[in-house]
Amino acid sequence: MTNTTLYDKIWNAHLIDEQADGSCLIYIDRHLVHEVTSPQAFEGLRMTGRQVHAKNKTLALADHNIPTTDRTGGVHAIADLESRTQILKLEENCTEFGVPYIRMDDIRQGIVHVTGPEQGFTLPGLTIVCGDSHTSTHGAFGALAHGIGTSEVEHVLATQTLIQTKAKNFRINVVGTAPEYVTAKDIALAIIGEIGTAGGTGCVLEYAGPAIEALSMEGRMTLCNMSIEAGARAGLVAPDDKTFAYLKDRPLAPKGADWDAAVAYWQTLKSDDGAHFDREITIDASNLTPIVTWGTSPQDVVAITGKVPNPAHIEDTSRRQATERALAYMGLTADTPMQDVKIDRVFIGSCTNSRIEDLRVAAKIAEGRKVSPHVSAMVVPGSGLVKQQAEEEGLDQIFIKAGFEWREPGCSMCLAMNADKLEPGERCASTSNRNFEGRQGRGGRTHLVSPQMAAAAAIAGHFVDVRKMES
Amino acid sequence: MEKFKTLNAIAAPLDLINIDTDMIIPKQFLKTIARTGLGRNLFDEMRYEQDGSEIADFVLNKEPYRSAEILIAGENFGCGSSREHAPWALLDFGIRCVIAPSFADIFFNNCFKNGILPIELPKADVDALMAASQNGANAKMTVDLEKQLITGPDGIEIAFDVDSFRKHCLIEGLDDIGLTLQKADKISAYEAKRDAQAWS
Repeated sequence: MTNTTLYDKIWNAHLIDEQADGSCLIYIDRHLVHEVTSPQAFEGLRMTGRQVHAKNKTLALADHNIPTTDRTGGVHAIADLESRTQILKLEENCTEFGVPYIRMDDIRQGIVHVTGPEQGFTLPGLTIVCGDSHTSTHGAFGALAHGIGTSEVEHVLATQTLIQTKAKNFRINVVGTAPEYVTAKDIALAIIGEIGTAGGTGCVLEYAGPAIEALSMEGRMTLCNMSIEAGARAGLVAPDDKTFAYLKDRPLAPKGADWDAAVAYWQTLKSDDGAHFDREITIDASNLTPIVTWGTSPQDVVAITGKVPNPAHIEDTSRRQATERALAYMGLTADTPMQDVKIDRVFIGSCTNSRIEDLRVAAKIAEGRKVSPHVSAMVVPGSGLVKQQAEEEGLDQIFIKAGFEWREPGCSMCLAMNADKLEPGERCASTSNRNFEGRQGRGGRTHLVSPQMAAAAAIAGHFVDVRKMES
Repeated sequence: MEKFKTLNAIAAPLDLINIDTDMIIPKQFLKTIARTGLGRNLFDEMRYEQDGSEIADFVLNKEPYRSAEILIAGENFGCGSSREHAPWALLDFGIRCVIAPSFADIFFNNCFKNGILPIELPKADVDALMAASQNGANAKMTVDLEKQLITGPDGIEIAFDVDSFRKHCLIEGLDDIGLTLQKADKISAYEAKRDAQAWS
C-alpha cells in the first residue's frame, strides 16, 4: 500500500463498489436532516414505497426556519405559515419514517452543525452528509463530511449510500502562530482570499500545520465550515488529543472498551508522510490580521487596516465588472478605508461562529461597553446547550447590558429564512459565512468578520481594528 | 426524470461570474415542500423589482429569451448553498442545459439528478457561444448529448465532455436510487462488517 492521505483513508474505508468508469458507491455513516431540504426527499420515498434504510444513523431537527424570539407557544405559534408548515412537515415525516427527531423545545435543538458534534453524532473517520453545504463543518473531527442536494438526501435515506467520484487532495498548510485577535475565521477568509471561491472545486481540503493544531475544536469547525466558500465540498483536520477530549462522554460517542478501541483507530487517521497531494499551498498565520469582506463573494477580503478596492486597478474584464457590480450593490466607494464604513446591524451567530468559544470572545469585547446607538445587534447561540452554557457563565448578561439582543438558537439571519433579516440597504457586520447579494435579506449588505470583530464593530458603530480597542 | 437526448432551443446569455444559488433562487422560496412551481422566482431579485414588476433589461425578461432552454454563464456557476431548489427553479422555468467555463461541485451534481445537462467548456468556447446567443433571433443552438456536440449559429460546432455514467443516466432518464438498490447485497455485506466496528 502506498502512502495515503487522510481523505484517501476515509474514502477507502467506505468504498462499497467501484464501476469501470470511476463512479463509486460510498457508505454513509451519519445523515443529518433539516426541514428545508428534506420534504421532497421524504415525499419521494412515499411515492416509491421505500423506507429509511438506517434510522439510527439519521438525526433530524429544524434549524433554518425556526424563530429566535419567544417560543413558548410551540411550533403551532410560528407566525409565518410556510415556515410553520415546513417544520410540521419534518415532524410528521420523522414520525412516519421512524427517524430520530430533536424537537424545537428540546435543550439539544440547535443548528445541525452545532448539535451534531455536541451530541457525539459526529465522530472521526465517519462519512457524514446533510442537505446543507456547511456540512463541511464536521471535517474538523477528521470526518469526511459534505453537503448534498435533496435527490441525494432521498438516496441516502433509502440506501445509506451515495454515488460519488473521488475528489482531489488539496493540502493547506498553515504555519506560524496566529497573532492575538486573528481567529480561525480570519484564517478561513485569508485562505478563500488566496485561492478564490472556486479554488477548491473538485477537491477535499486538508488543513494542516502548527496554526491548525493550535486551534480549538470550535476554531477547527469554523475553518472547515468555510471550506465550501472556497469551492471544496469538504475540509478535513486530522483528529488529535483535542478532538478526543471534546468527544469523550458525549451522549452518542462510544463508551468504555469501545471508546478505547475507537481512539486507537482514530489515532491512525492522518496523512502519511510522503502522501501525494494534487495541490498544496502554505500560508503563514503570523502575517495575518483581522479580516473583513468588502464585496458580495467570500473571496472579497481585505485586512481591517485596508481599503475598499478600486476597480480601475483590475485588468481582467469580468473581475473588474464583478467588482463594480459588488461595490454598487454594497454602496461602497473605491479606496474608502474599511474602518470608515459605518454599520447598521450586527449578527453574531450561524454554524460558522455560534459556539461557546465564539460567544466568550465576543462577550469579552462587549463587557462594560455599549452598542453604538445607531446599531442594532443580536447574538444567536448555535444550540440550546450553547445558550445554557453561556447563561451559566453570565455571557447573556454581558451582552444584554451592552445592548445586544440575546436570542433562541437557530440559523437566523445567516440566511434570513425566519423573521431575522436585513432591510434593503442595511449594512451588517456578520459572523456568518456568505455575503452574497440578498443573502441576509433583499438589498442587505453583509460584511463577514470574526466574532470579536463583529462585537467591536457593534460598539464602535463602524468597522474597527479590534486589536486597537482599549481594554 | 425526463430523458435528455437532443435539445434544439434558445440560449440566454448571463454574462456574470460566480452566480450563486442565492441568486438563482433566493431563500424566501425555499419554504416550499414541493419540487415544482419555482420557475416564476428563478433569479427573482435580478428579474423583478421589489413591487413584483419585471426589470426590463434582465435577459430572461426579453424576447426571445423568455422561452430559453439553454443558459450560458460565467465561471463558478452555482456556487454557495446545496439547495436543489436551484436546479428545480431552472427546470421549472424550462432550462435543460447550462453552459459555463466552470461549475460549483454540488450544483453540478444536483443538475444531473434532475435531467439538466451542465456543460463545462473552455472560456473561449463559452465566450463564442455567449456572443452568438446575444444575437437575438440567432440565439438558437442544438445540444446533442449522444454526439456530445453543440451546434450554434454561423456554423459553430463545439464538442464537450461528459461523465459516461451520468450521460447514460440522462439519456435513459434513470433513477439513481433504483440503480443503487440493485447493489443491495453489497451494501448489506459492507454494513454488517462496518457495524461490528466500535468506531462506526
